[in-house]
Amino acid sequence: MRLAALGIALILAVAAAPQASLPDIEDEVMCVECGTVLSVSNSPVAQQERQFIREQIVAGRNKEQIKAALVDEYGDEVIASPKTPWLWLVPVVVAIAAAIGIGFAIRRWRGRTPPEEPELPPPLSAEDARRLDAELSR
Amino acid sequence: MRVFWPVTVAAAMLVGLLAYGVVSKGTDTSLDDAVAKGKRPQAPVAALPTLGADGDASLADHKGKVVVLNFWASWCEPCREEVPLLQKTHQTISAKGGIVLGVDTQDASNKAAAFLQGLNATFPSLRDRDRDYGRRFGVNAYPETFLIDRKGRIAAVRRLPVTQEWLDQHLPKLLAEQA
Repeated sequence: MRLAALGIALILAVAAAPQASLPDIEDEVMCVECGTVLSVSNSPVAQQERQFIREQIVAGRNKEQIKAALVDEYGDEVIASPKTPWLWLVPVVVAIAAAIGIGFAIRRWRGRTPPEEPELPPPLSAEDARRLDAELSR
Repeated sequence: MRVFWPVTVAAAMLVGLLAYGVVSKGTDTSLDDAVAKGKRPQAPVAALPTLGADGDASLADHKGKVVVLNFWASWCEPCREEVPLLQKTHQTISAKGGIVLGVDTQDASNKAAAFLQGLNATFPSLRDRDRDYGRRFGVNAYPETFLIDRKGRIAAVRRLPVTQEWLDQHLPKLLAEQA
């Protein structure tokens, strides 16, 4: 009974452990020489990194262990995350500022007062109105 | 006119962002410029792990010698082609107070060790796993080689694979200098 319980626990533990795979890891890892994510690179160093990951998978390592081993070999930059965490703010701030500027400009453009209508001529006198009617009735 | 300035500022900011992106990826040529003018800037030093052995070592450990400092990687095909010449140079200058010191960069250590072994290379190498050390020399491709004089200063820079002609042009003069 105890043996069966132990076996079930072992099976559950194995099932719970995340199974490492190359596609799962290579989009979280950089090609250290090309500056792109490993999954989109086919350079010689990228091929070496893939080979290294495959060897680690065969050795039974999980994803986190493999990423740690990659850092040991290639340094921190192999992990696909910015070295300076705040750097992503630069394009965001610039884009927001640009959007505000453009929005401000559009608002001003739309808010312009329309050009004043030309002044109407003074109304016709009674004599002129009578003559105009006479002319039109011909 | 009211629209002009906000649009201009927005466009200028976008251009600024593009310029920042281009400049931040630029290459530092100050070292090359200095050496081209005949100056000898002090070579950066750092304690780095020794390839294939325990412990750290540094360029500073070889002060008093002429050092052929070569940045390489096992995945770099031109590096493979120049190793025989580097090994021959190492053997030639060892008796004259010189040494070839490799810096294996962004490379798997087992692949790097096998690379040297396969080419019968016996010169020592350090490991610059994240290219931090190489960046201090402006290294952005492989292989690149620097000749370090007996006082630890950079006397010549080669941003391409080394040739016998280039070594012959610089090494005899450096080896003849006093520490």
